[in-house]
Parts: sequence; C-alpha cells; structure tokens
Amino acid sequence: MALLQIAEPGMSLDPHQRKLAVGIDLGTTNSLVASVRNGVAETLSDQAGYHLLPSVVHYSELGATVGAEALSKVSDDPFNTIQSIKRLMGRSSSEVLTLGDQLPYQFSEGEGGMPYLKTALGDLSPVQISADILKALSARAAESLGGELEGAVITVPAYFDDAQRQATKDAATLAGLKVLRLLNEPTAAAVAYGLDQQDKGVVAVYDLGGGTFDISILRLTKGVFEVLATGGDSALGGDDFDHALSQWLLDQAPELERTPAVMRALMVQARSAKEALTEVDSVTLTLSNDQQVSVTRQQFEQLSAPLVSKTLRACKRTLKDAGIKPDEINDVVMVGGSTRVPAVVEGVKAFFNREPHTDIDPDRVVAVGAALQADILAGNKPDADLLLLDVLPLSLGLETMGGLVEKVIHRNTPIPVARAQEFTTYQDGQTAMLVHVLQGERELVDDCRSLAQFTLRGIPPMAAGAAKIRVTFQVDADGLLNVSAKELSTGIESAVQVKPSYGLSDTEITQMLTDSYQFAADDKERRALREQQVEADRLIVSLEAAIAEDGDQLLNEQERQDLLAEIEVLRSLRDTAVSKAIESGVEHLAHVSDFFAARRMDQSIQKALQGQRVDQLD
Amino acid sequence: MNLSQNYFELFDLDTGFVLDRAELDTVFRERQKEYHPDRFAHKSDAEQRQAVQNSTHLNTAYETLKSPLLRAQYLLTLQGVLTGEESRKQLPMDFLMQQMELRETLAEAPDTADPFATLEALESKASALEKSCFDHFESAYAEGDLESAEESIRKLQFLNKLLSEIEAMEDRLDEEF
Repeated sequence: MALLQIAEPGMSLDPHQRKLAVGIDLGTTNSLVASVRNGVAETLSDQAGYHLLPSVVHYSELGATVGAEALSKVSDDPFNTIQSIKRLMGRSSSEVLTLGDQLPYQFSEGEGGMPYLKTALGDLSPVQISADILKALSARAAESLGGELEGAVITVPAYFDDAQRQATKDAATLAGLKVLRLLNEPTAAAVAYGLDQQDKGVVAVYDLGGGTFDISILRLTKGVFEVLATGGDSALGGDDFDHALSQWLLDQAPELERTPAVMRALMVQARSAKEALTEVDSVTLTLSNDQQVSVTRQQFEQLSAPLVSKTLRACKRTLKDAGIKPDEINDVVMVGGSTRVPAVVEGVKAFFNREPHTDIDPDRVVAVGAALQADILAGNKPDADLLLLDVLPLSLGLETMGGLVEKVIHRNTPIPVARAQEFTTYQDGQTAMLVHVLQGERELVDDCRSLAQFTLRGIPPMAAGAAKIRVTFQVDADGLLNVSAKELSTGIESAVQVKPSYGLSDTEITQMLTDSYQFAADDKERRALREQQVEADRLIVSLEAAIAEDGDQLLNEQERQDLLAEIEVLRSLRDTAVSKAIESGVEHLAHVSDFFAARRMDQSIQKALQGQRVDQLD
Repeated sequence: MNLSQNYFELFDLDTGFVLDRAELDTVFRERQKEYHPDRFAHKSDAEQRQAVQNSTHLNTAYETLKSPLLRAQYLLTLQGVLTGEESRKQLPMDFLMQQMELRETLAEAPDTADPFATLEALESKASALEKSCFDHFESAYAEGDLESAEESIRKLQFLNKLLSEIEAMEDRLDEEF
C-alpha cells in the first residue's frame, strides 16, 4: 500500500528540494549576505564569525582580496585599495571627476564614457570591482549553505537611476549570480520587520549609512508595497560624523603632522571613538604623536547636531513630496550602522513623534529583508502573500527640440511598464534621427541624467513632419529600461535596442567573463609555477648535499664539475616565471644526476650488507 | 491572460464610467499576485517574459481605469471614437474665452496681494468646471451621445493642464516664501 505523504501547505515535502537563495545588501561601506534557514532569515558569517564584509577590495599583481584583509591595506597601499565603489556605480567619467577630490584613486576613461580605476591588476571598472565583492559574498553563502545558489535578491537604494541599477545587475552577472530581483533597500527593511503583514499603513525608512542618507516613504496595502517618495543626501553619512570628529581632534592637536597616512589613521580613530561613545560617556584617544585627547558624548553630540538636522530637513521635504504629514506615519524603521548614534535616534523620535523600530541590527536589516524576498522568489513559499509592487523612481524621457525633455513615463508609475511615443522629422528629406534618452524630473536636458543616445537611420526622405517615428520604452520589474525606435509611415522597421551608456553592453560582459576565465587560467599557471619552483629547490638542495657528502668518493673531478654546472642551469631556470621550463629543467637534472644516485644507492646497499650473512637476507 | 478582453472585463468590472475604486484596487492586486514577474522568478525565461508582458498589461489597464480622464477617453476608444489631439473638432468659443481668462488669472496670481488665496480660488473654480464636465460626460455617454461626450473630454484636457499648472505655481511660490 502506498503511503500518502502529507505536508503542511507551503512547506516543501523534502527539505533538500529547497532552493538556495540569498539576499545581498551591497553597501557603500559594508556588504552582507543573508538566507532563510529553518524558516528564519539570518545573515551569514565568514569562518572567523564576522557578518559584515567591508566593501573594500585590494588589488595586487596576484589578484583581488576583499573585506577586512583589504581594508587593512588602506594606509599602506591607498591607490590599490578601493573603497566606496558603490558611489561610482553607473556613473560616467565626467561625473566621477566631480567627485575626484574625495576619491584618492587614479582614473582612466574607458569606452562609452565609463570610468576605469587604475590598479596593480590593471584598469578596472566599478562594475568589475563590485563583482569582486559579490563573488566573495557568493562564495561565503555557497560554503555556509552547502550548495550552488539558485539566485540572489540584491538591494539598491530607492533613488538609484537606470544606469546605477543596470550596473548593479551587470556586476552580479559578472560574479556568476542569477539576479532574482533588484529590491529597493527601504522596502527590504520594511519587509524584515514584517510590516507587510499589516493590513495597511505608511512607513518611513530612515537609512543613515556610512556615506549616504536616504529617507523613503512607503505605503502598504494588503501585502503590496508602494514607494511614495524618496529623498536624502547622497553625500551625507557616518563618515561625515567621523570627519567632524577628526577635524575636532585636529583642532586639539595643532602640531600634529598632516600627512595622508596620519589623516587616515585619525579617521579610523574617530570612527572607533564614535562607536565607543554609543556605550560610554567619554573616551580617551592617543594620537600618532602620542598626545592624549579625551572626547565626551556631549561634545560628540554637539559636533553631530548639524548633521542630524540636515537629515531631518530632508525627511521634511520628502514627506511633502509624498503628500504625507509626519503624524500620518505608522512606523519608522531605522537602517544603517550610523543610526546607532544615540543623538540620531533621539532626533528621529522627536521628528516623527514615535518610537522607531530598532530591534533588528540596523546593519543587517536590509539583507534580512532581501533574504525573505529571495526565499519567496526562489519558489520556496508558493503560498506567500507578499508582493512588492514597485514604481519607477525617476521619470524617463527623450530630448526634443531646443534641449528640452519630453517625459515618456512619469516617476511613480507602477512597473513593469511599456509606453510608446511618436515623434516626427523637422526637416525635409531628413533620413536620420538622434534618439537621446534621459532620466530625471527637470525640463532641460542638461539637468537630467543622460542614459543613452542612438541614431535611427534609414528613414525614407519625406517632407518635414511626414515621417512617424515611434519610440518605445519598456521598463521591467527591476526598473531596467529598454528603448526601441521604429519608423512607421512606410512600414520600414528599424528597431534599435539600447542599454544605458554607463552600463556595460552584453558583449562587454561576455568579454569580462572570458577574461575572468582567462584569469582563472592565470591563477592555475601561478600555482603550477610555485609547485615547480618548490620541486626545483628540493632537487638542488638534496643534490648539493649529496655531492658534499659522497662527491669525493663517488665522482671524478669532471663528473663533479658537470653536475655543479647542471645545478646552476636549473637554479637560473627556477627564477624564470615559466612553470613548463622549470619542470623540464627538473627532469633534466634528475636524469643527468641519475648515475650519481645509482652509485650512492649501490654504496649504501653495500654498507648495509657488510657483515651480514646471505642467509639472513630474506 | 486574455489580452483581447477590454480593461473593464480584465478586472471583472462593468464597462462604464462609474467605477468602485476600492474594488478596482482589490482586483488589480489579485491579478498582479497571479501574473507578476516575481511569481515566475524561478521559472523559465519564456515564462518570465510572458509574466513581464502580462504584468505590464495589468499596470496599463489599472492606470487607465484609475484616472477618470483616461477612463473616459478609453470608453470612447472602445466605441471607435477618436479623442483629444486626434480629434480635429473645435471647442465652443465661450469655453475657449473662459480658459483664456482663467489662464490670465493664473499668470497674474504671484503679483496679487495674497497669491495663495488667489490660487486657491482659481483652483476651486477649475475643479468645479472639471466636475461639471465629468458629469456631462457621464450622462452623454450613458445616452449614447458620443459626440457630446468627446467634446467633454477635450474640455477636460484643458482643465487638467490648467489644474497641474496651478499646482506647479503653488510649489514655486512655496519655495520662494
């Protein structure tokens, strides 16, 4: 008789059928990976027990190291130690230049206006550098979950434009991760607190990270989340608190030498002082010139007050955008390590007039929410009620006459969405048309973000205004855009697919993947080289020792000179970087020294046999 | 999903101008829960593409029905009537004169003694006109007088533009004060 298997609805029959899916918070300062295990979403730690992976990559000729190890190289090797790469994602070279003063890196311009950072491992794009961080997280997850990952939900700031989202997705592809969904960070945080379980409400998510401040107003209705408005300051974060404190420390120590290394060390000290002041009322620091300086929590709060007010002013503006009054907010969620600063919690509490949610570690809350969503998207919870409906964060449009932007899809339109707009020629006989795609709320092209430009050719020559060109925008559920254009009047179809200029084309992605395989081959060669060098060293050392021991007895002078010469040949081969050459050198020396080894063998057998009777040999 | 259904049929609603917004919202969410790409994230590429298409269609339908003006226009489109810019007909002269006066009031609003009060008065006037146009559309459409219904839509487009310009002006003044 067959036994019927009965499982609880929504539970998989066999735990091994569960698909491994992770949520990744790819942050400016730190990154995290989380997964749902036994029904609980938790962040995954490395072998040393650390959950936060500093979003820092160090490059040397040998390859990339990520995280704390890379961070430790910041002072010694600043140009090759890349921090805060998220700020450069989806940015053009010219935009990066405006950030130039804050970034200690050397740039070169790549194809399509994409900036590349000069490192010991060559020129790398922000996408490649982010991919290295994602690879580290993916490896950690595969190891601690014990299997191949089905896919990942990666979080992005709600205000990220198309180019930035595309760059994030490209980095994931490059890291070999299947992206189940790009999720807005504030939405992830609200999901982590289970706010989607409520029937309806308005949620404010206050996210003060290392380098950025974001405030988002979300509305939820029966399991459906909608982003009403987002705002913030992309150049305000915990680093500014550190900066304010280190400036204050400098004022206390006027004679301190101001070299880049000292300044970096001071920032590190300021950061740990800030963290300590969450727990204690006063800390004493020893500066690099051995001077001791004390700082109290009260002093630190005075220093940070202008920064807190700045965030609250942004909150006020964003609430106005959303058409919501502070007392209409039902929940306030705190995200980001900097919300641990007591003065920040107090400020937020006073502004919204309610106790903010702080139960979940503010560093991990976004990753936890992403993991919950990843679990659902991987198909592990078929009965889950949660559905995140997103809206377009910034309007999309096209350049028209006079440098003006004609909006094709307005911000806050639910996605996915497709919309077509018809344009016409403005000159008699015009056969080509430049299509310039922009994102932003402003009316002038110069004030909006340029996403892509392409030329539609082959328009049949007609009188001005007779040609009909339909431009179609398609935005998918991740907020990523595809644009195509078509000439309608004659039925000639010449559609063009474009991707944002600062993202990577599929060809480039393929090239990079090939390069990384190539690089994997390089890694293999490097390992083989080391193995052969060790082999050569071992042979040289043992042969020299044998000559010293038995050379007088077993070798004539010619044989001895020949062997010593052969050893020198291998020694010089050893220092070439070609493993194959060393390998054959090792074989050659072993071969030419064979007779010597044989004589030594004979000698030792004779020695061993001396004084023994044949019958004792068995 | 049956793409040949009209937007009302898609959401199990009666085809007509009067609509229960709460019901529309509920059915829309139910449909998205069924068709949204997130439901197919772990399925094949073909199924995912289908889901994007279905979900896009649902969003377009929802946006159309949600807005009274787009809904009215859509009802006429279903009847094969060209509306708005595609219609070559002229609006009555008295309506156009009235619009010019309202626009003059808007342009002069910042220079009046109390600009916010001026804008508020203008807004309630425009809103009242909008309301009467919608009422007119509703009865004309119900009686099958599509020509008159179409004229209401063109009037509504004028008023819609005016109302959003009033709002923009308010925002601008808000920033200055």
